Amino acid sequence: MVEDRRLGDIIAYVILSIGVLIVAFPVWLTFVASTWDAATIINGQLPLYPGPKLFENYYRILFVGTSGTTREPVLGMMLNSFIMAMAIAIGKIFISVLSAYAVVYYRFPFRMAAFWIIFVTLMLPVEVRIFPTFKVVSDLNMLDTYQGLAVPLIASATGTLLFRQFFMTIPDELLEASRIDGAGPFRFFKDTVIPLSMTTIAALFVIQFIYGWNQYLWPLLVTTKDSMQTIVIAIKKMIVTSDALTEWQLAMATAMLAMLPPVLVVILMQRLFVKGLVETEK
Amino acid sequence: MQKNAYFTGLTIPLLLLLPQLAITVVFFYWPASQAVWQSFLLQDAFGTSTEFVWFENYQMLFSDPGYLKAFINTAIFSTFVCVLSLSIALLFAVMADRAIRGAEIFKTLLIWPYAVAPAVAGVLWLFMFDPSLGMLARGLSDMGIAWNPRLNGNDAMLLVILAATWKQISYNFLFFLAGLQSIPKSVIEAAVIDGAKPWRRFWTIVFPLLSPTTFFLLVVNIVYVFFDTFGIIDTITGGGPSGATETLVYKVFSDGKGGSNLGGSAAQSVVLLVMVIGMTAVQFKFIERRVSY
Repeated sequence: MVEDRRLGDIIAYVILSIGVLIVAFPVWLTFVASTWDAATIINGQLPLYPGPKLFENYYRILFVGTSGTTREPVLGMMLNSFIMAMAIAIGKIFISVLSAYAVVYYRFPFRMAAFWIIFVTLMLPVEVRIFPTFKVVSDLNMLDTYQGLAVPLIASATGTLLFRQFFMTIPDELLEASRIDGAGPFRFFKDTVIPLSMTTIAALFVIQFIYGWNQYLWPLLVTTKDSMQTIVIAIKKMIVTSDALTEWQLAMATAMLAMLPPVLVVILMQRLFVKGLVETEK
Repeated sequence: MQKNAYFTGLTIPLLLLLPQLAITVVFFYWPASQAVWQSFLLQDAFGTSTEFVWFENYQMLFSDPGYLKAFINTAIFSTFVCVLSLSIALLFAVMADRAIRGAEIFKTLLIWPYAVAPAVAGVLWLFMFDPSLGMLARGLSDMGIAWNPRLNGNDAMLLVILAATWKQISYNFLFFLAGLQSIPKSVIEAAVIDGAKPWRRFWTIVFPLLSPTTFFLLVVNIVYVFFDTFGIIDTITGGGPSGATETLVYKVFSDGKGGSNLGGSAAQSVVLLVMVIGMTAVQFKFIERRVSY
């Protein structure tokens, strides 16, 4: 461009650095707290640099657990969260890739009706129908199960819409060509549509994994056994109302561990993440 | 909306649709219709008998000052979170859109809070601003500013707003950046040649061209504040002190918990349902219009 940019660039650096600080500071403080002992935190004497108890705290929370509030070690909760997130991501991709294929590549009566039945669920999260849904799950004896944690959360249209949109961009000639080769609907799906959709599938997977891992209200209601808790709901239970009983250093270590997997996914798969986010919302 | 090359038949497409339709009917339509049905029923105090009462639950709801308060809380909460997170994100996006070195690194460093669970974000902010041990709360009291989100409703609301905004900036940032990068550079260069200064270029060219993104984000942010912030509120304040941070969704939960007021909770669910369907319709209309450009 034609004008002097130096001043503008300096302003940009300053503002972006402030932004990064604002974004990172709460997490840094959490990390610092997870490396000190309870007394330092309770007294309000927490410094801004890490302390000596990093390994002790993380070992205790991962393999032993808190003394009073959640009883179970966090490693098992992370496993629960992982299974739940994977089940939601894979389940949603499975049901929506099939239904989108039917809606796009078949003409049959009720096609539009089926599409609309699914579409209406687009923006209605489980929170608005929380207690009736809870009742259905409990009537089906799915409380304290992985199915109960995952299946109600995959009842939404985002994946179907995403695949529908992508399938519409696949040229018709590909279907005609594979027909000439004698391929039926199943082979066309397996040999052409799925390989072409791999990036879309991966992008949706990243978004749904994060969504599943971060669930809060639903697992809070559906799990009653300690052994079925997810890590996100455990943190709240660790912070009891009277400060003296809260083992803050362990709660903070748990918060770090709860953030780690989804944040790693975003950083390591940034391109897929951005693609998934931008495209599922359109 | 329709392919020119397609398969025919009825059995196979129905089988393909079956998993999603079955899950949607069992876990969406059935519970949603239960909510509508329950909203017309009234249970007696012991839960032994229920009576069909038409709109009595709704009448009670709209004459309940607590519900009115939850409406006002939700309005205040969403206005502040939307305005703050959208304007801060736009500022960062405009800065990151400049061709400076390290722009990609800044982008990575700004987007990861998207992956933090709302409930965890709540805990992070609670820890900083807890009146007895929070580092920033101590800073405030050292400066002589009274601060106690456990007792003061305004403090509690402010804390919830800050946490919800912090969490949402990354999402808005990403969409604004994508929007900015799709504006043709030639348009901006033409304005530079015409002598328009950066500030003016932004308000007369960039901001209007971003308006589809802004509008889309506004709707998404409202839905976010309505529902996803449940975890933030529950971890920081639990709706308190005395209902000062109780939003519409939080009230559905706290009224229905323990089954004491299922009819009232269901009526609240239905009101929310109608509001979100309205927003979806607006969004959908908007998408249609954008496609037809």
